[in-house]
Amino acid sequence: MGSARLRAYNVAMSYPFTHPLAWYVAGPLIGLTVPALLLLGNKPFGISSSFRHLCAAVAPCRIEFFSHDWKRLGLWNLAFLSGIFAGAVAASRLAPAPVVTMSSHTAAALHQLGLHDLTGLAPREVFAWASLLTLKGFTSMVIGGFLVGFGAAYAGGCTSGHAISGLADRQLASLLAVCGFFAGGLAGTHLLLPMVLR
Amino acid sequence: MVLLPYFLLGGMFGAVIVEAEVVSWFRIQEMFRFDAFHMYGVIGSAVLTAAISLLAIERLGIRGRGGEPLGLAPKTLGTGVRYVAGGAMFGLGWALTGACPGPLVALVGAGTPVMLVAILSALAGTWTYGMLRPRLPH
Repeated sequence: MGSARLRAYNVAMSYPFTHPLAWYVAGPLIGLTVPALLLLGNKPFGISSSFRHLCAAVAPCRIEFFSHDWKRLGLWNLAFLSGIFAGAVAASRLAPAPVVTMSSHTAAALHQLGLHDLTGLAPREVFAWASLLTLKGFTSMVIGGFLVGFGAAYAGGCTSGHAISGLADRQLASLLAVCGFFAGGLAGTHLLLPMVLR
Repeated sequence: MVLLPYFLLGGMFGAVIVEAEVVSWFRIQEMFRFDAFHMYGVIGSAVLTAAISLLAIERLGIRGRGGEPLGLAPKTLGTGVRYVAGGAMFGLGWALTGACPGPLVALVGAGTPVMLVAILSALAGTWTYGMLRPRLPH
């Protein structure tokens, strides 16, 4: 192998394994989940369905939305979800702890909102057991989580079902949902978070 | 049903979203502040890869074990209210928690166990939707 080719090979082999994993490696791997699930058993990629199956398993309460046969329809979803948990545990143990180097604009904006510790995967000043009953902690975790679960069920899918599978399948419903995701996300980031974090 | 392949595929997905920092609250902030390309690159290339794969499956006429054609079921559009309203609620929650459902689960595994509260709350949200469903516009 010539030295130029060797260098190119080294760059190609080492760069994808830097932190964060490059978008052009991560994105295609995530996208391949869609055909992989179809080939495995004609299953649609969608993570929030697991929430519905879990509700059906734990507290169906004769509600029609939870009266489906979750064992027949949803066990694969729950196996996939357990896999996400296990994969995350393995990745965070085996690979070096991610130090998120974010854009300096975002960092400055977050400093202005009163966040000082910008390390880790989520700001420790907000996402901690001790903050659970503060305004910022309760809004971020309890209200935020509730909206994620309610909104995904109402919209019939989350980022995986609409933004990835639905858009890739050119479904108009998913495009509407993704516009909704962004409208809500922008309102949350620019209107709600400044009130809650300060 | 053999569940192991789904578990392993989930494992790969979980590892990728942790290593690419898709699970990071800070990356979601960057995205909603239009300060970095990273998340747009991840989602955009994921959609492109999935779209090409779906086209390939269709063009090659790949079928399932029972001979059924493989593909995603079309979503009923209806008035579209559920997609816009539900989507906006979901987006608000996405900005507040800094995570969508997959990352919520991954974060618990990757060292933020308090996200379990957000997951329980999301389950409560899904349950509440199920209860209110007959009375909501769709």
